[in-house]
Amino acid sequence: MSIMEQLPVLLIIGPIIAALIILAAGWHDRRLCYPVMLLSITGQFIASLVLLLQVIQDGTIRYYLGGWAPPLGIELVIDSFSGFILSTIMLLALLAIVYARRSVEAEVPAEKIVSFYVLVQLLIIGLVGMTITGDVFNLYVFLEISSIATYTLIAGTRSPRSYVAGFNYLIMGSIAAGFILLGIGYLYVATGTLNMAEIAMLLPASYELSTVHAAFLFLMIGFSIKAAFFPLHLWLPDAYTESPSAVTVIISTVMAKVSVYAMIRILFTIFTTAYIIESFPVTEFILLIATIAIVAGAILAIAQNDLKRMLAYSSISQIGYIMFAVGVANQIALEGGLLHILGHAMMKGCLFMVAGLIIYRMGTSNMLELRGVAGTMPISCAAFALAGASMIGIPPTIGFMSKYYLVLGAFEAGYWLYAAVLLIGSLLAAGYIWRFIEIAYFGDHHHKGDQTTTPEGPISMIAPMVCLALLCLILGIFVEMPMEIIGPAAMILLGGI
Amino acid sequence: MGDIPGILPAVTIAIPLLASVLILITGRYENLRESVTIVAAVAMLGTVLAMLPSVLQGNRITLLIIPMVPGGDFALKVDAFGMVFALTGAVLWLLNSLYAIGYMRGLKEHAQTRFFFCMAVAIAAAIGIAFSANLLTLFVFYEILTIITYPLVVHIETPEAMRAGRKYLAYLLVGGIFLLAAVILTYLLTGTTAFVPGGFLEGTGSPVVLQILFLLFMVGFVKAAWMPLHAWLPAAMIAPTPVSAFLHAVAVVTAGVFGIVRIAGWVYGMDLMAALGLGTLLAVIASFTIIVASLFALTEDNLKRRLAYSTVSQLSYILLGVSMLSIAGMTGAMAHIPIHAFLKITLFFVAGAIIVSAGKESISDMKGLFQKMPVTVLMFSAAGIGICGLPPLAGIISKIYLAIGAVEGGVPILLIVIIVSAVLNASYFFPIIYTMIVEKPEKEDALHDVSEPPLTMLVPIILTATISLLIFFFPTMPFLDLIGIAVAEITGGMIP
Repeated sequence: MSIMEQLPVLLIIGPIIAALIILAAGWHDRRLCYPVMLLSITGQFIASLVLLLQVIQDGTIRYYLGGWAPPLGIELVIDSFSGFILSTIMLLALLAIVYARRSVEAEVPAEKIVSFYVLVQLLIIGLVGMTITGDVFNLYVFLEISSIATYTLIAGTRSPRSYVAGFNYLIMGSIAAGFILLGIGYLYVATGTLNMAEIAMLLPASYELSTVHAAFLFLMIGFSIKAAFFPLHLWLPDAYTESPSAVTVIISTVMAKVSVYAMIRILFTIFTTAYIIESFPVTEFILLIATIAIVAGAILAIAQNDLKRMLAYSSISQIGYIMFAVGVANQIALEGGLLHILGHAMMKGCLFMVAGLIIYRMGTSNMLELRGVAGTMPISCAAFALAGASMIGIPPTIGFMSKYYLVLGAFEAGYWLYAAVLLIGSLLAAGYIWRFIEIAYFGDHHHKGDQTTTPEGPISMIAPMVCLALLCLILGIFVEMPMEIIGPAAMILLGGI
Repeated sequence: MGDIPGILPAVTIAIPLLASVLILITGRYENLRESVTIVAAVAMLGTVLAMLPSVLQGNRITLLIIPMVPGGDFALKVDAFGMVFALTGAVLWLLNSLYAIGYMRGLKEHAQTRFFFCMAVAIAAAIGIAFSANLLTLFVFYEILTIITYPLVVHIETPEAMRAGRKYLAYLLVGGIFLLAAVILTYLLTGTTAFVPGGFLEGTGSPVVLQILFLLFMVGFVKAAWMPLHAWLPAAMIAPTPVSAFLHAVAVVTAGVFGIVRIAGWVYGMDLMAALGLGTLLAVIASFTIIVASLFALTEDNLKRRLAYSTVSQLSYILLGVSMLSIAGMTGAMAHIPIHAFLKITLFFVAGAIIVSAGKESISDMKGLFQKMPVTVLMFSAAGIGICGLPPLAGIISKIYLAIGAVEGGVPILLIVIIVSAVLNASYFFPIIYTMIVEKPEKEDALHDVSEPPLTMLVPIILTATISLLIFFFPTMPFLDLIGIAVAEITGGMIP
């Protein structure tokens, strides 16, 4: 057995060992834990890319834990969908970890840094596990691992408000976990198995059972809370705003995307389009809620004065775009939705990195105090402008490309009105993005911040931010590249291949 | 004759983009930064001219940059009509850059690096629009042009400017959304968005769908400033004069009318337009705008705003020409693009020169300016007369074609619109000229320290006016030749 064949499980076991080493190393010397962390994440990132290439070349990888074939054993499945999500989140995680070092030093009490990194590593293990598992109960286990890590991480700053935010999320997250566990239980009752592929195979026989409907609803509600799908988003603004900047970057990109991933998996792989379109027609309802989410999230974002909170509400709107694709449920729209998972991860990651850097340099994220900040922090504000343009959907950024696919898909499916609202809603993004741009660049040219020559922040924070901003543009222009993997992924979800 | 592949279209767009990066890098050293602009402008004019002979032979230079999304690759195609826009843009960017250096330094404006950076990106986007091979590529450049001109509009950063900027963005971004919807709908109907001479929509959708689609396109091309969606243009006059001159009399507004002409000739085709009754719709919109905007212009005392309303009115001449759906009408429409550009930029240049030299923006303050700035005022008078359509300036050429088109088309009411508008044009331009030349300032020393503007401003003014004169005497080379090819393309006629 070569190491390549064992790669899927190493993706999880390796970091677990790394987490222990971080703990041990940090116990010895606090400075040692960061290099170990970076090494382990880099390894995971490379492994995810290798797996992605393997999937592109040879098709879906199925790995049986301990050699036990399902239904007895647990299965790890890496197809083009999970492979795509896996490499997306690992890229974001890697950049976030590079960014985290100086940011964490500034925001997290020194004695907590070791446990901070251990928890980040656990969070990422949980999220990776959720992405590649082929077993619903295993999904739940990894979900809990990541959730528990998140509750603690959100409460990681010195401010008491972050404790409240963490506790809020603990309550909401536990309710969600309860729903999900119940849903999984009902699925087991209906089918007698926990393996996703087998459930999907056995389920059609009992599509009309109320047990299955209950399972579906419980799972949907649970994951809607986790993914902050409107109107179950109430935990999100506080959690994003009050947690340390590096954590915000991770949970707003990696964790949010995995929650959406899990929801899409359950909708399309376990229940399949046959159920959600014909037996229990729910897609148009999802479309309606998604459209409301897009508009409501954006309007709430416009009303915020705190930069991080504004971006948090923007996330609620952007999750709506992805769910919009789920609601339309055709090939082109799903391609747009999956592209938006990638695109939104990059732009929101970049924007939260800018916010973190502004807090690092200026000591506040209150926009009213940031007038003329572009004079002091030109690179950050340029990154904000670029990622912000992507958020609005200005071509040729990646944000435009996903919007294009979504509208094209919706038009094709005949959802004219929803598509129109999506287009108008995307302009609302201009409302909140432009508000900051006006404040940062214009409006008061006598008072352009202190035009100092000191660098605007540590290079380890600037580099990942610039990298993400440029990716928004580059992947927009070369959109064919991600589409090569997204196309088959969307096809798998719709039951092709 | 035919499509030949070539790299020059991309080079033409890359030059100003590269220049914009260099402008940012060299921002601290003013002279170096300005040389970058000038060198880039010369180089870009060179590449455009290098493509001109081939296009004049009826060739189209094509280049696929990269596949993008279903509905359109990122692709360029230089045809005769695109060349008209690109050539106008390239010549005027060079002259405007010279002028802008004098203007910005003369007023000691702040944030000049940002200004020249945005100008360079804006011209790249404008050329991109001219060279787009399909609707989607056009849309990409169209949106870039919207965003990059915003910092130029709000340049002075006063609360008033910020308000104007928001209005500007609101109109143009909402327009962009309509345009995107129209592009996607076109793709769904036809499976393509690539421009085809004579159109490709025929027989793809029911008349109602195609009519709605046309309305989407019209709102999408709000940059054409047709009434009642024109309010962003007068608001944008808060920008520094080189911006008003080059962008809001040439590049941005031309992008709008260029788009509408493209839609009429290369997406719908004139026969389909006629069958759907879209010519009539366009004629109503254009006639309304021409007359009403001229009336608005009469009441404005701020020179730049009066010129803005004049632009609104003149742009609709182009739409009026399209609405006639005939060879003469189309020729007049296309010819009016460069002709109006050269004339109107001269007028704006003069307005800016008066701001720099005399610090005056209101027409009523400009009494007796002729004594102190004779050359500038003369150029203004000449260009004003040209806009009214009097010889020996270029304005009359396009108007003759439009008049022929109106008569040929058997719609004499359009001829009346043209005549009434000519009278209105004269009645808002001649008072300005009268005020400047004949009237005496109220106080003897009111114009005490006023003199001609610096040479970097005066020379472009003289050059644009001269070119307008030259177009009158030599109309065919190159503009009418190019337009002849373009019109022959879309009508399926012989290339002259």
